[in-house]
Amino acid sequence: MTAIPLLDIRDLTVEFATRRGTVQAVRQVDVSVARGETVGIVGESGSGKSVTSYAVMRILDRAGRIAGGEVSFSGIDLRAAGERQMRDLRGREISMIFQNPRAALNPIRKVGHQIEDVLRQHAEAGSGDAKEKAIAALEQVKIARPEERYHAYPFELSGGMCQRVVIALALACRPQLLIADEPTTGLDVTTQKAVMDLVTALTAERGMSTVLITHDLGLAAAYCDRIVVMEQGRVVETAPATTIFRAPSHAYTRKLMQATPRPGVTLRDLLPAGAPAAPAARAEAAGAPLLTVSGLTKEYPRAKAGLLKRKAAAAEAPFRAVDALSFSVNRGESVGLVGESGCGKSTTSTMVMRLLDPSAGSIVFSGEDISRVPAARFARHALRPKIQMVFQDPTESLNPRWTAARAIADPLLRFRTVKGGDAIRARCEELARLVGLPVELLDRFPHQLSGGQKARVGIARAIAPSPDLVILDEPTAALDVSVQAVVLNLLADLKQALGMSYLFVSHDLQVVRMLCDRVIVMRAGRIVEEGPTEAVLEAPQAEYTRALLAAIPHPPV
Amino acid sequence: MLRTLLDRFATTLPALAGVVVVSFLLTRVLPGDTAAYFAGPAATPQAIAQIRTELGLDRSLPEQFARYVADLARGDLGRSLTTGQPVTTDLGSRLPASAELTLFGLVLSLLVAVPLGVAAALRQGSLVDHACRVVATAGVSLPVFFTGLLLVYVFYFVLGWSPAPLGRLDAFASPPPTRTGFFLLDSLMAGDIETFRAALAQIALPGLTLAIFALAPIARITRAAMLAVLAADFVRTARAAGLSSRRVVVTYALRNAMLPVVTTLGMVFSFLLGANVLVEKVFAWPGVGSYAVEALIASDFAPVQGFVLAMALLYTVLNLLIDLAYGLIDPRVRAAA
Repeated sequence: MTAIPLLDIRDLTVEFATRRGTVQAVRQVDVSVARGETVGIVGESGSGKSVTSYAVMRILDRAGRIAGGEVSFSGIDLRAAGERQMRDLRGREISMIFQNPRAALNPIRKVGHQIEDVLRQHAEAGSGDAKEKAIAALEQVKIARPEERYHAYPFELSGGMCQRVVIALALACRPQLLIADEPTTGLDVTTQKAVMDLVTALTAERGMSTVLITHDLGLAAAYCDRIVVMEQGRVVETAPATTIFRAPSHAYTRKLMQATPRPGVTLRDLLPAGAPAAPAARAEAAGAPLLTVSGLTKEYPRAKAGLLKRKAAAAEAPFRAVDALSFSVNRGESVGLVGESGCGKSTTSTMVMRLLDPSAGSIVFSGEDISRVPAARFARHALRPKIQMVFQDPTESLNPRWTAARAIADPLLRFRTVKGGDAIRARCEELARLVGLPVELLDRFPHQLSGGQKARVGIARAIAPSPDLVILDEPTAALDVSVQAVVLNLLADLKQALGMSYLFVSHDLQVVRMLCDRVIVMRAGRIVEEGPTEAVLEAPQAEYTRALLAAIPHPPV
Repeated sequence: MLRTLLDRFATTLPALAGVVVVSFLLTRVLPGDTAAYFAGPAATPQAIAQIRTELGLDRSLPEQFARYVADLARGDLGRSLTTGQPVTTDLGSRLPASAELTLFGLVLSLLVAVPLGVAAALRQGSLVDHACRVVATAGVSLPVFFTGLLLVYVFYFVLGWSPAPLGRLDAFASPPPTRTGFFLLDSLMAGDIETFRAALAQIALPGLTLAIFALAPIARITRAAMLAVLAADFVRTARAAGLSSRRVVVTYALRNAMLPVVTTLGMVFSFLLGANVLVEKVFAWPGVGSYAVEALIASDFAPVQGFVLAMALLYTVLNLLIDLAYGLIDPRVRAAA
């Protein structure tokens, strides 16, 4: 380590005042960042990694306060600095970029003006040259046609583009330290790679230091010099990125690493050693096709028309979200539907789920063309219980005023497959045991359950009416890796035990590889490539599949 | 832009048609016989029958309605039996008085409620926050006629600060030359400070009464919207970029928080139109509200229908303006339009 670190956090403790008393979110944390160094702070939700960075910037919300420790930035004591001094440091010396870039920008202000605001605040530009400098800042982050984008509002830009604007905003005043808080979460892998490469190039070119906060150990290892692993507000390990994968010293780091999906491992390998090692052999995909989709198409009109201009809009060619898609899912098979945002995978799954009517094509399920039944009437169709879905966000997809038992019982009550209060309760408990949810948690409300427990409730609800096909829409995207590992294994076990078929919608190729027999890669509403998972991922034929695979961060193993 | 305006206006036409039908039917089913009322207590049945024929009330409902719509198409709202004037003339002379009072109350309310809501949100749980809650709750809990009478008692009777609550101007002042029909604006345009002061003194108490009534919804929405926006990611970005707190609060937070406030304004305005009727009574304000109530009591159909239609039109136009304001604030609305 060099003599004086640029940022030195010692013994930092941050407390939050809550209704149930004071909670220590960060406890005696030590992190130092040298000039030009990139440090990754890795941890799962609730580990205090973001709070640490907010404490450095002194932008904790009202309830939070720094309870102890020291934070110094190039010799300045940040704890003792006045608000005015902090304001001059923020944006000019230390900058931050955030998760969810579109929300991180003011929705009703032109992006160019938002960059100007920062430039003017720190006297980097006056009224004469502000526009020019803002455009230069946009150019730096490789935004095409920056003069036009200067006038764009965030809603007119893609997620990746918004993140570039946030980076431009953060780097406009040439700060010495950049704190990137989950900068690529929610972005597609190819966009993630582009954004991370951009940040790396810009910070290297300017000799800046970077703190990368992420839950993704692979991402941190690929882009950082040194990695700090945090768990429940404490730093459990600090090590160079090159050695942390080879020789993780702390048990938590090992667990985190093990749970991270990576090439060459099976679902069982994700679980900590000592977990029940049931045979994970895949059920042989028994021949008969359960679901056959052919020529499935969904079109949307291009412009929303008003009362007086409906005719004009109708003349334009409609937008095809899904374009003549054909595939099949066999009984007992799980098929992965992979693609980046906007590729039409969710539209496809929603149509198969019969929540949305296709513009053309057929969906034959169990020998019946269910695309002929309007989506509005399918709820009362005899096949409704046979196709069920597990949703992306386990919290948002549960009614906050229903207990877990009520949520699981909902399909039973609706389809009347089980009658009588006692029988329903018995079935709920059976389902809870099946998904590994402790029976005593059945009477809790969603806010009293953890993310993993809520995911189990969502799964129990989907399998309650004994479906033949379960559509899994990114079921683990909102979960921490260690929870994801458990949920993925649960899904694999359930499929084996109950003989269901899965249509697994995901953007994560590693997860798909472990869970699915076959994979379909989609782009712009069409199938780019399909085939057995191993074959597609080991020897991709399509250029696009290769690009997707290459974009996954490769830690230096 | 014009296209959007027309589009938006076209969607209100069915609502206006509905108002025409409902106001017509409602006045017909109300108890009371217009002809008997106007013939007077000593009239013979023949005289009443004659008046009924003159007014066209002996015809069938569909026929009456057809005549009403035909008149309406020519811009004729009928004639008031109480004042003997065409309803359009009556409304034309009284509407500015009501509009001035309502807008004065609304603007006054905005000037107080928005800063109050912002301050309450910035200092959640502080004295300002509690004050905001108390003022807002009191404002909605007290009926306007009571607030009005209380203000008259305190400021006219006890303190003697304000003039007698008798109309838009005291007996000695003469109204300014009519341009907008708003005395405050007209007197200023004419450069007549004396009249302006007199008009202001008269409008202060009724305006304040309406403002107190409108305070609660605006202050509460402003506070809630500010709290939501202050917790938003982009405010955190702005703070992390070192922007001054003034810039963060005004340019980033308040402008975004104004979206729900503007939406609420439309509703608040309609509350005020309703409250206006009582306030005009208390302060002897020569507006359309008191005019309509008198006509209603006298079973005088034409002014009541005219009043309802005028209010509906006013409300439509106001909502149109609010939509335009929304488009000015929020680029996403502009793009969708």
